[in-house]
Amino acid sequence: MGKEAAKKGPLASRPDNSAFMQQRLPAWSPMLTASTVLPFLYCMAALCMFLGVLLLITVEGTQEMKMDYTEAGSCNDCFKFLQNVINAGKSCSCKVMIPLEQEFKGNVFFYYGLQNFHQNLRKYMDSRDDAQMVGRKYNLKKPSPYCEPYITDKNLPIAPCGAVANSMFNDSFSLWYHSPSGPIAVPLYRNGITWYTDENVKFRNPYSNQSLAQAFNGTTKPPYWQQPVYKLDPSNPNNNGFINEDLIVWMREAAFPNFKKLYGILKRTKEPFTNGLPAGNYSINISYNFPVQHFNGRKQVVLSTVTWFGGQNRFLPIAYLVTSGLVLLMAVILTVIWWKFGRNAKNMEE
Amino acid sequence: MLTDVFFTANPPPPPPADLWAPRTCCCARATLKNTAHIYAVAIYTGMETKMALNYQTKTQKRSAVEKSMNAYLVVYLCILIGKALVNTVLKYVWQADPNRDEPWYNDRTAAERDRHIVIRALTDFLAYMVLFNYIIPVSMYVTVEMQKFLGSYFIMWDDDMLDKELDERAIVNTSDLNEELGQVEYVFTDKTGTLTENNMEFIECCVDGHVYVPQAICNGQVMPGSDSMDMIDSSPGPQARESEELFFRALCLCHTVQVKEEETVDGIKHGLHPGKATSFYISSSPDEVALVEGMKRLGFTYLRLKDSHMEILNREDEVERFELLEVLTFDSVRRRMSVIVRASTGEVYLFCKGADSSIFPRVVAGKVEEVRGRVERNAVEGLRTLCVAYRPLSSEQYAEACHLLGAARLALQERERRLAEAYDQIETQLVLLGATAVEDRLQEEAADTVESLHQAGMKVWVLTGDKMETAAATCYASKLFRRGTRVLELTTKRTEEQSLHDALFDLSRTVLRPRAAAGARDPVSSPPGDCGDFGLIIDGATLSAVLQPGQDDSASGSYTEVFLEICRNCSAVLCCRMAPLQKAQIVKLIKASKEHPITLAIGDGANDVSMILEAHVGIGIMGKEGRQAARNSDYAIPKFKHLKKMLLVHGHYYYIRISELVQYFFYKNVCFIFPQFLYQFFCGFSQQPLYDTAYLTLYNISFTSLPILLYSLMEQHINADILKKDPTLYRDISKNCLLRWPIFTYWTVLGVYDALVMFFGAYFLFDNTTFTSNGQIMTSNTQMMFGNWTFGTLVFTVLVFTVTFKLVLDTHYWTWINHFVIWGSLVFFVVFSLLWGGIIWPFLNYQRMYYVFMQMLSSGPAWLSIILLITAGLLPDVVKKVVCRALWPTTTERIQNADKLYRGQLSEFSPLASLRGGQRDPPPPPPANPRRSDPPARLPPSFAAKKKHMFTRWRPKPAYSSFPPLLRFAGGGANGGRGGAYGSAGPETTV
Repeated sequence: MGKEAAKKGPLASRPDNSAFMQQRLPAWSPMLTASTVLPFLYCMAALCMFLGVLLLITVEGTQEMKMDYTEAGSCNDCFKFLQNVINAGKSCSCKVMIPLEQEFKGNVFFYYGLQNFHQNLRKYMDSRDDAQMVGRKYNLKKPSPYCEPYITDKNLPIAPCGAVANSMFNDSFSLWYHSPSGPIAVPLYRNGITWYTDENVKFRNPYSNQSLAQAFNGTTKPPYWQQPVYKLDPSNPNNNGFINEDLIVWMREAAFPNFKKLYGILKRTKEPFTNGLPAGNYSINISYNFPVQHFNGRKQVVLSTVTWFGGQNRFLPIAYLVTSGLVLLMAVILTVIWWKFGRNAKNMEE
Repeated sequence: MLTDVFFTANPPPPPPADLWAPRTCCCARATLKNTAHIYAVAIYTGMETKMALNYQTKTQKRSAVEKSMNAYLVVYLCILIGKALVNTVLKYVWQADPNRDEPWYNDRTAAERDRHIVIRALTDFLAYMVLFNYIIPVSMYVTVEMQKFLGSYFIMWDDDMLDKELDERAIVNTSDLNEELGQVEYVFTDKTGTLTENNMEFIECCVDGHVYVPQAICNGQVMPGSDSMDMIDSSPGPQARESEELFFRALCLCHTVQVKEEETVDGIKHGLHPGKATSFYISSSPDEVALVEGMKRLGFTYLRLKDSHMEILNREDEVERFELLEVLTFDSVRRRMSVIVRASTGEVYLFCKGADSSIFPRVVAGKVEEVRGRVERNAVEGLRTLCVAYRPLSSEQYAEACHLLGAARLALQERERRLAEAYDQIETQLVLLGATAVEDRLQEEAADTVESLHQAGMKVWVLTGDKMETAAATCYASKLFRRGTRVLELTTKRTEEQSLHDALFDLSRTVLRPRAAAGARDPVSSPPGDCGDFGLIIDGATLSAVLQPGQDDSASGSYTEVFLEICRNCSAVLCCRMAPLQKAQIVKLIKASKEHPITLAIGDGANDVSMILEAHVGIGIMGKEGRQAARNSDYAIPKFKHLKKMLLVHGHYYYIRISELVQYFFYKNVCFIFPQFLYQFFCGFSQQPLYDTAYLTLYNISFTSLPILLYSLMEQHINADILKKDPTLYRDISKNCLLRWPIFTYWTVLGVYDALVMFFGAYFLFDNTTFTSNGQIMTSNTQMMFGNWTFGTLVFTVLVFTVTFKLVLDTHYWTWINHFVIWGSLVFFVVFSLLWGGIIWPFLNYQRMYYVFMQMLSSGPAWLSIILLITAGLLPDVVKKVVCRALWPTTTERIQNADKLYRGQLSEFSPLASLRGGQRDPPPPPPANPRRSDPPARLPPSFAAKKKHMFTRWRPKPAYSSFPPLLRFAGGGANGGRGGAYGSAGPETTV
């Protein structure tokens, strides 16, 4: 009884009897009826149509040239050469021709592409050490166990450790324009191809007041590499170590087995490349090192121009147009339904 | 606690031999009176005590929603295991090519190579289970529990369920069953104290056919009733006066009422003692208190029991003393009690009062016919009647009686039987004095509540221990049986004339024939479950005969079936003369019938506890008979009328809310995990997660949990007033219709569709093109590649927005809280993502999310695709909603439309019935007769005021005569609206 009497106390007093407690908060009750949804649907259809057409026009303005060089031209020999396991790690050079029928206007981007290369395998993806690559001294000498099986080589820690770095794409390209006056090397920017934050924050060389090689003292190169990490770019000393841009590009693992990665951007400083790539014959000299035949892979190079919207991507405009069509169809059907049946409902309401 | 206590008064009186008997036993929780303390011996504590035996073990009650939830969970578990198995198998198929198994760029360690293939497969399987385990919405259980717990506060806070007199609110003892309140199909209600107030008022007594009505104003004066319907002359002669006084004395003496002087009565409080303002009559039976109080108003006041003498203050203010010799206690088999007293003149009398059926056979003299007529009339009006008789005992007869009683009380074997025999022998050759009538008033709005429950498609059963006539009258008064109701009877009387078998099959034919005919004629007007035109009355004895496995076992099973079939077709069933145990039995029977309907039991007394515990939902009324029912119930409400809001509003809301909660949780986890499953086909079945760990962890906890939780607390698809006003809306959610398999499948398919849109939308964007970021193209003309984490983040962003917008589409009730939580959780997601990717987290080994979100947002195609994918994901659902609303609107949606049209004023002038598209006839307008249960406002003000003063009988005649159900019954053929459809609306059997 005593308990109940005590319980009565707070029940009896009704201190903060609010609209919330009585579930009577003021509220807005929208409803999805034909009359509210139809205008929205028509607007949506129109908007999607507009965007779709706009995107389509934009995309049609871009140009793209793809060239599978796995077994093309003289690269066929290199392909066969590398098929032999004994020759792994040996260099092979070849050359493929690319005819450009139209002028590529504006910025031209040079990509390499790989097919059937699974950069997204779980073990592979995990096999890296971001702490090492951000330049922490401790992690440089003690790579993360995730880097298995590329943590140490001959009792020396590998820098950069792990399977991702170890399998870095190591073909190199030089693009030549066969102008009427003879072949001209097409100049490419080889830097500025990464995210600014990657280049400047996420990837850092371990600090050393002496040379870069000194900083990496006590580590060894990944087993499949020919050069240690501090000698990746002989032409540009600032592009070595963990901040080598090709390495950074490679380290951003692709989502799907068929992918492209940026190799360089056309330097539009000199004639005849100030407006982009003129039409004509081009050739690419390839240092053919990366073996793909073991996993049925293909390698390609891609030349492409971009717009504000990105590369040549017809999916988005088409998707917008299809969606627009569907929305329009639905809207028309709904209008018919509303016209035929909705009025009954309306009569009923009145 | 569960103790029977043997006690003797202090100082122990010197009877040479007294046996332990129920008489000398003091049951657990007895109230001490007239003594400060007693010496007691606990004779037994344990599982065999009456309380423990009556105590039904509290079984875990689980709601229908929870059962569906578990079924869905099993389905999802199967999907999970299926996915893991499929992926494991595919992985090994895919890896059959050794180059794929271990390409040169992804060497295994030596330890991995040595592992046995079975172990590797098992590891892979488990890894998939871990990867996909989010499809099992573990957090749903947490959210559901929170929703139930927090939601139950709304019931407790509800001011509409606050009883100002008692100062009590609804109490929620189990929050697990909130949504079950919206699913009730059968309501089992107790009569006394639940439908009625259990506040007994003495209405009249009838002595030799003269009717007396106590009247507060004429103090001390007997007013012989002069009802014109009375057939006896209203001028009592001197002889009548003598029997009249004897009758009053009999009532003053024949009871077990105690007089309590102090205010601190730990029990039932009743009227004031004259002179002593602080004394009460207390008794285990409220009828007795009402009778003694009635006598007081008629001039005979029972003062006290002192030294085994009962003292009465008679009309001349003289104290009369009677020596109390024996009390022949009441029991439910005899249904009567007696006292033997010796008057001061030395004469010994036996006074006996009891049910008419147990008194009349023993009467040898008195105006039996007149009294019987009055009793029957009173019973039909719903009054509780008792007959009073006496027998003068000569000293030899008394001695013999003493001998019989003494022997029986001291008997060591079969004492109860021998006592019963002794009582039987003593209570004979009675002279009938008269009869009393006590009214148990209907609770306020009981009729309205019962009517609403009927309209909501519930079947209401009244289970009572009272006799048929009284109970039936209450049922008419409370609109359980309406004018058009054809009442079928299945009682001992009938089974005496006809065998049980024939009676049952007769009834089933009666019930089924017109239904079939009506169904053929107009299938729309009688949807299944709507069979409001049959009522059944069954009594306890017949019921046990129906349920008992009889001699021929083959038939008994079918009896139960036939009985259930009859009951299914009756909207109202009255079970009278039920033992408490039978109440639970009935509930169990209905629960176990083939449709497994959801049952609700409501009662106020300890005898309802077993029923309350047995039913799916047990509701206790905080009544006069203690709090045992309230304590054992799942919900306790102050009054019966609160059941209406409890079921029609709270039950409805909670069902809608939790079903959306459950479906939505499964939906959002399908959306969440299915892309991850699809991704396995592109990453060589290597268990690569699509989303970052933080996203995986926080998706269910932070990004999508609060909006649905708040939705499931706040949602009101229809205004509460409309729900209360139109109980038929309750039918819209009956039979767990929002958690049926088709709807579950729809949600799952929608989830899979959304997942496909999200995944492949992003896939095509990434795969055959240079999906690039132009974040810096303005400044340095660079163009960068996106990796797999960007892909996952893109899918995840679309996912979070789609899933939240889906809820936005479903929300009908936008309070500021909903706005805050829904937009807030989206903002939180964005802010979290910015923060999570904005810093090189020093404690993390990987920095895979660094700047991924920002880079993604700085890319035009990402924005465009996010918008496109969200639109595409939501489009089918929007279209489905609109089309369904236009073509096949539910009643709920019609009302929503109408309410919108009338700008929320629908409840003011409701043409609701016309909206329902001929589904149901409008309920007949309430008859204009004033009913007892009505608020006094219905009577002329003068009468309303006087009603407090026990003026019941002085009503003007038209009002009175319009009440008796018999009259209403007779008029049923003429104005029994829908009853006419079935040809005859007249009573098949009368009460």
